Amino acid sequence: MTLSAPATETDDMRAIIAQHLHLEGPLLPILHAFQDAFGHIPAAASPLITEALNISRAELHGVISFYHDFRENPAGRHVLKICRAEACQAVGGNALAESTLRKLGLDWHGTTANGAVTVEPVYCLGLCACGPAVMVDGRVLGRVDTARMDAVLAEAGA
Amino acid sequence: MKIFVPADSAALALGADDVAAAITQQARARGLTVELVRNGTRGMIWLEPLVEVEIDGVRHGFGPATPGDADAILDGSSPKALGPVDELDWMRNQTRLTFARCGIIDPLSLGDYQAHGGLAGLRRAIAMTGADIVDEVTKSGLRGRGGAGFPTGIKWNTVLGAQAAQKYIVCNADEGDSGTFADRMIMEGDPFTLIEGMAIAGLGVGATRGYVYLRSEYPDAISVMTRAVEIARAAGVLGPDVLGSGRAFDMEIRKGAGAYVCGEETSLLNSLEGKRGVVRAKPPLPALEGFLGQPTVVNNVISLATVPVIFEKGAQFYADFGQGRSRGTVTLQIAGNVARGGLFETAFGMPLGTVVNDIAGGTASGRPVKAVQVGGPLGAYMPVSKFDTALGYEEFDAAGGLIGHAGLVVFDDSADMLRMARFAMEFCAVESCGKCTPCRIGAVRGVETIDRIAAGDGAAIPLLTDLCETMKDGSLCALGGFTPFPVMSALTHFPDDFARMKEAAE
Repeated sequence: MTLSAPATETDDMRAIIAQHLHLEGPLLPILHAFQDAFGHIPAAASPLITEALNISRAELHGVISFYHDFRENPAGRHVLKICRAEACQAVGGNALAESTLRKLGLDWHGTTANGAVTVEPVYCLGLCACGPAVMVDGRVLGRVDTARMDAVLAEAGA
Repeated sequence: MKIFVPADSAALALGADDVAAAITQQARARGLTVELVRNGTRGMIWLEPLVEVEIDGVRHGFGPATPGDADAILDGSSPKALGPVDELDWMRNQTRLTFARCGIIDPLSLGDYQAHGGLAGLRRAIAMTGADIVDEVTKSGLRGRGGAGFPTGIKWNTVLGAQAAQKYIVCNADEGDSGTFADRMIMEGDPFTLIEGMAIAGLGVGATRGYVYLRSEYPDAISVMTRAVEIARAAGVLGPDVLGSGRAFDMEIRKGAGAYVCGEETSLLNSLEGKRGVVRAKPPLPALEGFLGQPTVVNNVISLATVPVIFEKGAQFYADFGQGRSRGTVTLQIAGNVARGGLFETAFGMPLGTVVNDIAGGTASGRPVKAVQVGGPLGAYMPVSKFDTALGYEEFDAAGGLIGHAGLVVFDDSADMLRMARFAMEFCAVESCGKCTPCRIGAVRGVETIDRIAAGDGAAIPLLTDLCETMKDGSLCALGGFTPFPVMSALTHFPDDFARMKEAAE
């Protein structure tokens, strides 16, 4: 199977890679840049990256699959990260996470049927004195209770 | 009129942006000219968003503020008035050395930074030789604040003595431990102090390049640090000629990708190189073969951010705080179920119970304290009976715990310690890099074994103890090696939580 993308998209991808080639250890910055641009790391990017960095497909897959942040498939339109770590557990984080997942009928990493929200666990947002904490698309929220969570989910269209 | 509304992410998480907008709007409606400064946090998270109004040079606090309070704050009639912020007990009882400027200044104003003592340390270091710089750090008694407590001067000296064409300073800002937020707070509230500390380290050991490996879970810190590096470069603090010294040092901010284990220094280096964040065996030490195989100083944010004050005020000044072999200050992060949570910087040596009961004011729920996990997810659960343990590296070690990055997570009596032990194993299984079998497989078996205990199988308890021994002895890094701390401390100090289920089953 050959992976091919439209020519302009391939050019965009090559440009993303080229911007980072001068860095020492460019792979993570490249992967983040792809994820910022496409929402995930498109399969068509792989041969371009491996060629540019002279690494094997296996090495690239090894790196992408190692890190929780990188995804090979698109997420929902919004990503809701709920902190599961100890400080949030001490103030009811487990109950909040469980009720949220139950309400949406999801398990961790699941996406609502309408594609609005993907729910992911996160282990600490550094908001340990104002938990339970969550992050919605990079925006942090503290002392989240079920009412606040309902508002967040409604705003995200879940 | 000068008004401060923090833009620290804890304040943002509690609605600071809305409060700032309301104040701006109300001020405009009244025709007031307001200079709104988005400072870092003072560290009193229970009062966030903490608005400060400067009157005759004194900053008066109002908090926790909501947008609805804006009107009354502007006319001084707010019931949320706290008085002068510097007079509050929480502030008065601290020794703020590393965090002296945090929450006070505009984080991205290099002018503010210098007006509060910033760059004095770097200027002094420029006039010193590399060996003298390293010697000064050694004399200060500074030890790695990331958790391991290794003497910073000794590490720097190894890098100084190494011969190489290129050396590096790598800042470990992968602050993944639950209950810790000091790194985030200083990067968002006083980013130049970290930059200055790294530049001094660079001059000291002869490294011209630095990296901050900053976790992706901290988007606000990434944004502040990135802008601070640009500002510092434009002002000549970074670059080919650091403050006109003729010597070079420059740095980059690199974003992590959500792997807890990358807080371990060798995993971090692999990640920075673009590899899987798998732990490396030591030796070789990173000080000799670190980033790209070159001699590398890897230090935690707080260690590096403390370097400027040591050079500004002198090694002896810093070493005069603390007790025993724990010199200087510890930046306690008080978190979880507490009435007053936040950052409290104090000399080493305060008893744990004083921090939890007096400073933090006990639990937020009002129920009795059951346990305090000190040092993050790999730290022990300390029972109330150990509250007399003094906060120091050796003291905690002797009490069967560790202070780690000095995060304290308080739990009330509703906590189920079997569940917390299970979570420690589950977390280890999720985050294991996979290199060492006792960690990769042991953590999974640990979850299963604790489930057996929960189901009433008391015979599984010796098995769990044995498994913890194996993990402790057979893991390269602290993830596998220290996960037994929370598990065994929960089992040892709270046996009822592990026996209760059995009784229920019988």
